[in-house]
Amino acid sequence: MSDILVTTGITRRFGAVVAAEGIDVRVAEGSMVGMIGPNGAGKTTFLNIVTGYIKPAQGTVEFRGRDITGLPPREIASLGLTRSFQIAQLFGTLTVIENVLIALGVATGRAQSWWHPLHDRAAVAEAGELLHRFTLDHLAGQRVDTLPQGARKLLDITLAMVRKPGLLLLDEPTSGVSAEEKFDVFDILVRVLRAEGTTALFIEHDMEMVARYADRVLALADGKVIARGAPKDVLGDAEVRRLVIGVED
Amino acid sequence: MNVVAAIAVDGTIYAAWLFVMSVGLSLIYGVMRILNIAHGSLYALGAYAGASLVIAYVNHGYPPYLSYLVLFGAALLVGLIAGPLIERGVLRWAYGRDEIVLLLVTYSVFLILEDVTKLIWGVNAYNASQPYALLGRVSVAGLVYSVYDFMVVGFAVLVGAILWWVFNRTHAGRLILAVIHDQEVSLAMGINVPRMYLAAFTGGAALAALGGALTAPMISVVPGISVEVIVLAFAVVVVGGLGSLEGAALGALIVGLARSASVHLLPQIELFVIYGVMALVLVLRPQGLFGRAEVRRI
Amino acid sequence: MAGRATVVTGVVTVALAIAGAWLPTWALFLLTVALGKGLAVLGLVFLMRAGLVSFGQGLYYAAGAYTVGFLSDRVGIHDIFVAITAAAIVAVALAALVGLLMVQYREIFFAMLSLAFSMILYGLLVKNEAFGSTDGINVAPPAFAGMTLGLPGLRIALYLVVIAICVVVVYAAHRYVLSPLGYLAHAIKDGEVRVEYLGASVRRAVYAKYLVAAGLAGVSGALVSLAVGHIDPEMAYWTTSGEFVFVAVLGGTGGVLAPLLASVVFEVGRSFASAYSPYTWQLTLGVVMLLVILFLPRGLWSLLEVRGLARQR
Repeated sequence: MSDILVTTGITRRFGAVVAAEGIDVRVAEGSMVGMIGPNGAGKTTFLNIVTGYIKPAQGTVEFRGRDITGLPPREIASLGLTRSFQIAQLFGTLTVIENVLIALGVATGRAQSWWHPLHDRAAVAEAGELLHRFTLDHLAGQRVDTLPQGARKLLDITLAMVRKPGLLLLDEPTSGVSAEEKFDVFDILVRVLRAEGTTALFIEHDMEMVARYADRVLALADGKVIARGAPKDVLGDAEVRRLVIGVED
Repeated sequence: MNVVAAIAVDGTIYAAWLFVMSVGLSLIYGVMRILNIAHGSLYALGAYAGASLVIAYVNHGYPPYLSYLVLFGAALLVGLIAGPLIERGVLRWAYGRDEIVLLLVTYSVFLILEDVTKLIWGVNAYNASQPYALLGRVSVAGLVYSVYDFMVVGFAVLVGAILWWVFNRTHAGRLILAVIHDQEVSLAMGINVPRMYLAAFTGGAALAALGGALTAPMISVVPGISVEVIVLAFAVVVVGGLGSLEGAALGALIVGLARSASVHLLPQIELFVIYGVMALVLVLRPQGLFGRAEVRRI
Repeated sequence: MAGRATVVTGVVTVALAIAGAWLPTWALFLLTVALGKGLAVLGLVFLMRAGLVSFGQGLYYAAGAYTVGFLSDRVGIHDIFVAITAAAIVAVALAALVGLLMVQYREIFFAMLSLAFSMILYGLLVKNEAFGSTDGINVAPPAFAGMTLGLPGLRIALYLVVIAICVVVVYAAHRYVLSPLGYLAHAIKDGEVRVEYLGASVRRAVYAKYLVAAGLAGVSGALVSLAVGHIDPEMAYWTTSGEFVFVAVLGGTGGVLAPLLASVVFEVGRSFASAYSPYTWQLTLGVVMLLVILFLPRGLWSLLEVRGLARQR
């Protein structure tokens, strides 16, 4: 199994704050990597840098062996690297299925069209199927700004999966979701990821989710990777427990 | 005749007028994030009130040197009446909505005030030139100017100084600066934002009216003066930076000198130059010379 | 839904066209100008749906009008189809340049920059004798594919041309708002960042809409100048642009016919109001706009929607 994502020496500061310093990460294809760390550790910044939203001061990002450092998000997305957001980024005034249809339109290039309707039968069927896999089909006709939090997070992930990406980065996929629903979200997510063969890296604060769903774990603090390895090793690491989980041994 | 001196003097006089005329707009935007299109109408109200009161005052035979106080009082009156009326009566129903929506609300207020002005004062011109003529003329760099023009410069400096003192040396002023700087934090710190909005809008309205009252003796006050003033004020505060006192001063100076230079050197591009500078600043530094860059977060 | 809309539009178009023969001159003129201006408003609405309020469509409106004025007065070309095409080309060419800058701005800055550019043109027009200065330029009555018509025939012909252009534009606009590109406007307004992350270029989409809006404004300026027979720098003044924004808000951005209907309502309202009470028509406008903003944020069109007569999109 090759590494689908390799970052080398990613460094970025915002004024006096070190958001990332020398971050070296390898994500093996087909794996599910969990990223943990206290608030302000630089996890979201890492995602922003990898997906091209901000540029690193130093370092490189390689996706499928190709250097993507500094490319804008839309180019990176078209190469097969997508992400979901901590606060779901959705098109609130449109319906659930219209959100997916737009994503589909952009992915297939039909978004350039101004003559054919968005609600074209084939596209609607494909969108419906995707919603079904994420158990959102019963909400297809509902306006997005009326959705409950769990559905919003799932839709956010759905939109990122429309392109059938090789790598999906998730920023706190279960934040704001109730404890019972968290397992549902992850179960659905894992099922779709496996079916598509998509590699995933997810940021999480809930250690139970990390322990249960991650193959490997990366722990970040103050912009640096402080531990990496199998979940039980990282979660059992003393530094990690002190800085991330907040347990004094 | 030294062209450079002429440009400098003309430019400074015009800049002083621009400053008094625009500083209120900048203040309102800084505190409330509203681009007040009705600013021009408040200016006109000040001009009409000032002109009509001065004419009445002079006709009653009162001492002419006190007519300046009448002008000042008229502006204050307009500000204190129109300001709260507009803010409490109209604006506050749209708070929380998009900046553009609030802009359209102020546009509606502008339309309404245009007619209100006509209904109160009619469509005939008001010429209250006594305060202007009273101070006589003076010769500077070989050109003849009215002393009133220089009084405007002095007045602008005074207004600027007072405002600076209020913002930087008084408690209330520093609260206003805090709100300008960061609304969310100010709210969290318990600053009474509604009261602040009322104060800021009333102050801005009074300043706009003051600009109008100050100008009234220099021009023929007719319907429609508000329309040109609005875009000029926009140009000034955009160049200087919305919400900044220093910005309004610098913006006024730059626009004033640019316009003066073109009037003396190439009159065909007078208007072009003013809006050209505005466009240039928007392109090179959208937040203006003294403005703060807006941060986008995801 | 598309079927019913087409039928209704077809019926209304034919009705309007036929009515042209019976309408009194003032009504014919009013409708010609209102529908002509409505095209500029429609273009503006496309931009507003993406969250961009241009306070400077007057730039392209005037550019189109002055193109026609120049052709008519200085070059001696009077053919209406040449005039309209030239106006559209000039407007779009100008927008192609200005738009490169405009697409980098949003919200207040977009509005201010658009205003600045239109005022720059105003400044150039007003101070230059070559452009007729404040007096403007008179536009001779147009010829229609080689034919010169007498006055009554001319009015009807112009009216029919405006209606024909409106029908074509409305139909195209209808397909556009239902298309992926049309929906992308909502997406851009709701979440630009997401649009980029999906793989689309927001700038490119906005640029396209900007060009369309400019072209429509240019054609609008051309048609109105031919109907009125005169052009002046006022067309580039911010109040003209402001009027377009007013009508756009009045109609709402929900439907494709809304801008045209609102424009007619506006022109009719203005004619009557300024005739009967010249000192209160702006007051009325202001109050109406306030009421619409506060209580009918989706414009008058939403009244029709509530009654099931129209669909939002």
